[in-house]
Amino acid sequence: MDLSLSTRTVGDRTIVEVGGEIDVYTAPKLREQLVELVNDGSYHLVVDMEHVDFLDSTGLGVLVGGLKRVRAHEGSLRLVCNQERILKIFRITGLTKVFPIHTSVDEAVAATD
Amino acid sequence: MATVELLFSALPEHVRTARLVAAAVARRAGVDEAVLDEVRLAVGEACTRAVGLHMSHGVDAPVRVALIEDEKKFSIEVGDDAPHPRASGAVSGAGVPPVGAEPSENGHGPAESEGGALPPGARGTAPGQSAAEEDEGDGEMGLAVISGLVDDVEVSADENGGVIRMSWPTAPEPVLP
Repeated sequence: MDLSLSTRTVGDRTIVEVGGEIDVYTAPKLREQLVELVNDGSYHLVVDMEHVDFLDSTGLGVLVGGLKRVRAHEGSLRLVCNQERILKIFRITGLTKVFPIHTSVDEAVAATD
Repeated sequence: MATVELLFSALPEHVRTARLVAAAVARRAGVDEAVLDEVRLAVGEACTRAVGLHMSHGVDAPVRVALIEDEKKFSIEVGDDAPHPRASGAVSGAGVPPVGAEPSENGHGPAESEGGALPPGARGTAPGQSAAEEDEGDGEMGLAVISGLVDDVEVSADENGGVIRMSWPTAPEPVLP
């Protein structure tokens, strides 16, 4: 299982749909994608993790790095995730307080806070 | 001898293999299905950390994973051959308290904080990674995840290498009529 990435825009938001496993081997691809988006001027990102099967601390690190990059441009990085096993990793690392986590892409796109 | 032993070259692409093997052996050993995700994540974190240490120290030796099935528990030991500096204190990482990470009493000296006074991410960065990526460092966050996930975990290290030991209870054999 590798990592799959696709992007689309909804209004001023860029949706990054991630699938597969985010670990030490695949995380650099996600990092490149996020860096590229920010470099191209996309500062409001929604990372859709509904099709992520596995996430480890390397993946968390990349998401934190992405958040730092968009914040440098007054941007936002929102996550979409309903999977308990993935949410658990955010909870035990305290990152639920750092990332806005939504239950659907529509909800994330509509969010403005 | 361990039930299953795995040696793999310290490369990121092999960490997934270690996760799959560990989960398969854990399932066979009777670890609860609901806990297998934790086993998979914890062994992945331990192997990721070992790979990072070997790469950053230029260690050619493989990373060692021992999967041990005992009567009432299933244990995993992930060993690295990277030189760990003498340091004091228990496991630390990303502000998460070191759950269950007590100093060892097995002759390996006190459980050492890999980073010492260094910030998370300052260690375990593989060659070729730019300084800009250090803010996304995963070395210590990995230990934090393990500490948060696994109740029974022990980290020990000296100048010759380190070992992360983790264990989970296994379900008792079903009673036959």
